[in-house]
Amino acid sequence: MSIKDTGDKRSKTDHLEKGEEFLDMFRKGQEFTQDLLKENERLRFQVIHLEEALKKKLQAPDGGQENNTSQDTVQKLAQYETRLRELETRLSEVEAENVDFVQRYIDVEEQNNNLANLYVASYQLHSTLDYEEVLQIILEIIINLIGGEVFAIYLLDEKANMLTPEASEGVPISDIPVVQLGEGVIGKAVQANESYFNDNPSEDLKELYADPLVCIPLTIKDDVIGTIALFRLLQQKVTFAPVDFELFTLLAGHAATAIFSSRLFTESKRKLSTYQGFLDLLSQ
Amino acid sequence: MASPTFLIIEDSPTMRQLIRFALNRIPGAEVVEASDGVDGLKKLSSNKVDLILTDINMPIMDGLKLVNLVRSNEAYKDVPIVIITTEGAKEDKERAMALGANAYITKPIQSTALLSTVKELLKL
Repeated sequence: MSIKDTGDKRSKTDHLEKGEEFLDMFRKGQEFTQDLLKENERLRFQVIHLEEALKKKLQAPDGGQENNTSQDTVQKLAQYETRLRELETRLSEVEAENVDFVQRYIDVEEQNNNLANLYVASYQLHSTLDYEEVLQIILEIIINLIGGEVFAIYLLDEKANMLTPEASEGVPISDIPVVQLGEGVIGKAVQANESYFNDNPSEDLKELYADPLVCIPLTIKDDVIGTIALFRLLQQKVTFAPVDFELFTLLAGHAATAIFSSRLFTESKRKLSTYQGFLDLLSQ
Repeated sequence: MASPTFLIIEDSPTMRQLIRFALNRIPGAEVVEASDGVDGLKKLSSNKVDLILTDINMPIMDGLKLVNLVRSNEAYKDVPIVIITTEGAKEDKERAMALGANAYITKPIQSTALLSTVKELLKL
């Protein structure tokens, strides 16, 4: 065999081997492809199966899981709305109660103020037995607590049946006329033992002396000892407050008692001083 | 302010008692009283006063003179002063405020209004 023959034989073998390799590769490729095709078919079948299962679930009467969630949400929303309406109603009730409490607080404060005024007036009236001090206290009560600008305190002279001014504010006492018991507005109010309130007072002071704004008889039980006549109020005092009428009632009784007691005390002190002086004289 | 001290300068004992009644509703309130402007200045110098309440028409020294003197004193220039008076004319109020008063209340007073004014001035 020649070299050429050996080469040719070797070349043929190579070709065969290569061919066999190629066939192997081709066979492997074919197998791989078939596997892929099988896998593809399997997956496709699975997808179809899943799609059918999903369709069935969505069409079911109790809904799918999504439907359940939506309905829960709707129910909860309805519950919250009901609760919100209840809370709004309760809030309105509380607000109304609050307004009521505020009004009651204001009323209680006003009562408190009134009671303080009455207490102070009463306390002061009975804090002294000095006659001049008692008169001064009555003046202060009418100025500071009621708001009187021009007024007078009359005392009754039972023998002469005359009402004589004992103290005044806003005008000199000499300007205030004496009043006969039973005559004029003041005289009649005292005789009848009835308070007098003028609905249409004059602007003129001299006319007011005859027809005052207010006339309060000073009474101990049923005995009238004098009167307070109010002629004019302070500029800023437009009208009487409910507490003013309470103060008038208080003055009618307590001021009368205070005046009476203090006069008795002052007179008895004076008599005591006189007797003491007389006794001292006798003992010398 | 823990315990405010008030100085009441008023010649009427009835009025002093009424104002004291109202101020005692403030917890811890201390009240010092004077019956006229001169006495008021003495009490002001011997007490640490947080607020002054004064009448106008008083013997010896009236309230407006008092206000003027208080405001002229560097030590008391910031002490709030409340005037409580029977004088209701607008000019009277303007005069008092021009002299340095912080509030002007006319008689007859409402304790609630007085308390409200005092609390506002002292920021209670």
